[in-house]
Amino acid sequence: MRLSQKHLTLIVLAVLVALAPAFFPSNFYYRIGALIFVNGLAVTGLVVLIGFAGQISLGHAGFAGIGAYACALAPGYLGLHPGLAMLLGAVLSGGVAWLIGRPILRLKGYYLAVATLGFGILVSMVLANEAKITGGPDGREVAELGLRSALASIGIGLSNAQFWYAATGLSMLAGAWIALNLHDSPSGRALRALHDSEVAARTVGVDVARLKLSAFVISAVYASLSGSLLALMNRFITPDVAGFLHSIELVTMTVFGGVGSVPGAILGAATLTLLPQALTVLQQYENLILGLIMMLVMIFMREGLLPSIMRRLKGKG
Amino acid sequence: MKFGVIGGALALTLGLAGPALADIKIGASVSETGPASSLGDPEAKTLKLLVDEINAAGGVLGQKIKLFLYDDGGDPNKARTFATRLVEDDEVVAIVGGSTTGTTMSIVSVVENAKIPFISLAGAIEIIDPVKPFVFKTPHTDRMACRKIFEDMKAKGFSKIALISGSDGFGASMRKQCLQVIGEFGITVLAEETYGPNDADMTPQLTNIRSKAEVQAILNPGFGQGPAIVTRNYGQLGIKTPLYQSHGVASKSFIDLAGPASEGVRLPGTAVLVANLLPANDPQKAVVSAYTSAYQAKFNQPASTFGGYAHDGLRLLVDAIKRAGKAEPKAIRDALEGTKGFVGVTGTFNMAGGDHLGLDLTAFRMLEIKGGNWALVQ
Repeated sequence: MRLSQKHLTLIVLAVLVALAPAFFPSNFYYRIGALIFVNGLAVTGLVVLIGFAGQISLGHAGFAGIGAYACALAPGYLGLHPGLAMLLGAVLSGGVAWLIGRPILRLKGYYLAVATLGFGILVSMVLANEAKITGGPDGREVAELGLRSALASIGIGLSNAQFWYAATGLSMLAGAWIALNLHDSPSGRALRALHDSEVAARTVGVDVARLKLSAFVISAVYASLSGSLLALMNRFITPDVAGFLHSIELVTMTVFGGVGSVPGAILGAATLTLLPQALTVLQQYENLILGLIMMLVMIFMREGLLPSIMRRLKGKG
Repeated sequence: MKFGVIGGALALTLGLAGPALADIKIGASVSETGPASSLGDPEAKTLKLLVDEINAAGGVLGQKIKLFLYDDGGDPNKARTFATRLVEDDEVVAIVGGSTTGTTMSIVSVVENAKIPFISLAGAIEIIDPVKPFVFKTPHTDRMACRKIFEDMKAKGFSKIALISGSDGFGASMRKQCLQVIGEFGITVLAEETYGPNDADMTPQLTNIRSKAEVQAILNPGFGQGPAIVTRNYGQLGIKTPLYQSHGVASKSFIDLAGPASEGVRLPGTAVLVANLLPANDPQKAVVSAYTSAYQAKFNQPASTFGGYAHDGLRLLVDAIKRAGKAEPKAIRDALEGTKGFVGVTGTFNMAGGDHLGLDLTAFRMLEIKGGNWALVQ
């Protein structure tokens, strides 16, 4: 039996997630792993939007903010279980994306970038200024998910770090699985057609507006879930999660790793989450080196890290 | 003779083979860069300076201190990651840091889980109220700053004031704390205005305040550039009502930014700012002078209040390790809680089970800007 590329990708990802802990020198690496997976989830959503549909967004941290604050606020104000609050955040993000996506996805290129940028900044401003509800710039605490103690009661005892490593790892794998399925589906093909030439896609009967909107909504839900996971894992959240820098960070990870490829984007998330930790020894030069690496990758590997490497390997083989 | 040789050889072998005393590992995550770098930069410098100083003097309990210092850039998520790294990977016995309330609060649950003592360098009262077993802090709370200001206002006979506060974290939190305690001093707020953290002109808000003739004093809880702009606009509008600023701008750069309009502005600050003005019999004189002159000599810039918080954080830790007699998290925590009469540059600390800050109002000095420099209000 020959494995399809989709299944191969998923298996490689799953094996990496499962086996990595065997090489962890300390519990700290579970935390790094979990951060990579949280970023990986958001970035997978951006692959759908930027890589598949060819639309840019510089405001996706706004959706991460909605997801994060849904988990922070809904348990207290609405008495919802944090798990349900996560779903509420996803529905809310999807709804907001649908509402604002209709007008702003008519824009193209720079205009779309600026419109989404504005949305992201708007969300982080609301979170920072509505201090009575959100706790303001100092942030607020987030309720315990409670899943870990439930697991412990049925005999699966995990440390906090291990639990979040597993939970975020599984979420990312599920996210990657859905995105890869979408890639191969008729909708996915239509999205990619739209990416290559909007006019051509429209000519052959692709409903361009609807497809763009659904890609936008899907990626918003991904970002929202990643924000929720981050909030629940950290048990504390500040409006920084919705900030402009976080949006840029997510897009950078996607483009860095390979914008059209789910595993590529995840590799980008992994690299850019790990690098700052590895570079702490160099202190002042950290940002300099980070910038240099990114410039070099963009100059010499325009498709991003993973697709370029794969191409070289194939070229030689 | 023979015994001497054997004894000497034995001693030599023991000396070589005996376990070398391990370093005492202390962790720090401060916001050296990013939006809170005005806090984190002097904190990081202070920590490095002090660790070198302590090690040069023979260390603590005969062991050297090894400092693990990370820059969280003011990002709470990064601060939490670094705290995890300090606890799990570097295996430190205590942590100093958390320059902002956000970074501190995201470190708190990490240290509480790992049972590692943590001394925060951020202002909010939520950090130590309710008391968490392993969390301490060195900066006085905003509420104490409010009390100090109101005390001074009351002494001068002001009972009707106007409030113009920043809408950022610091301004909003301090405004809330001030309004909670203002009643105790019989002072009422006649006018209230706010401004955003990036606003470049506060003339309209100040004009509104000026139009209220009964206002006897203006208070500006704020942090960063906002208060400097308020002060400039206050000067431009020729307002004669006395202006009070908060401890959030207690640094020389505020005077430089605000220019001549800052003449006569009052604010509560720490002894660090007025090291050379302290009378010789002041209990803090020696420790403040030592810190400020060492800092000035090493970095060629004046020491700030914020560096002072880090100074006290590390010194409190070292003091606790000495009293505990061992560098072990639980013992350090217990010794920290038992701190009594410890003279730091921020004030004199008297910790207790229910008080993980241990400062009182004497920690603040009422300062007035005179001739472009600080002066002590007697």
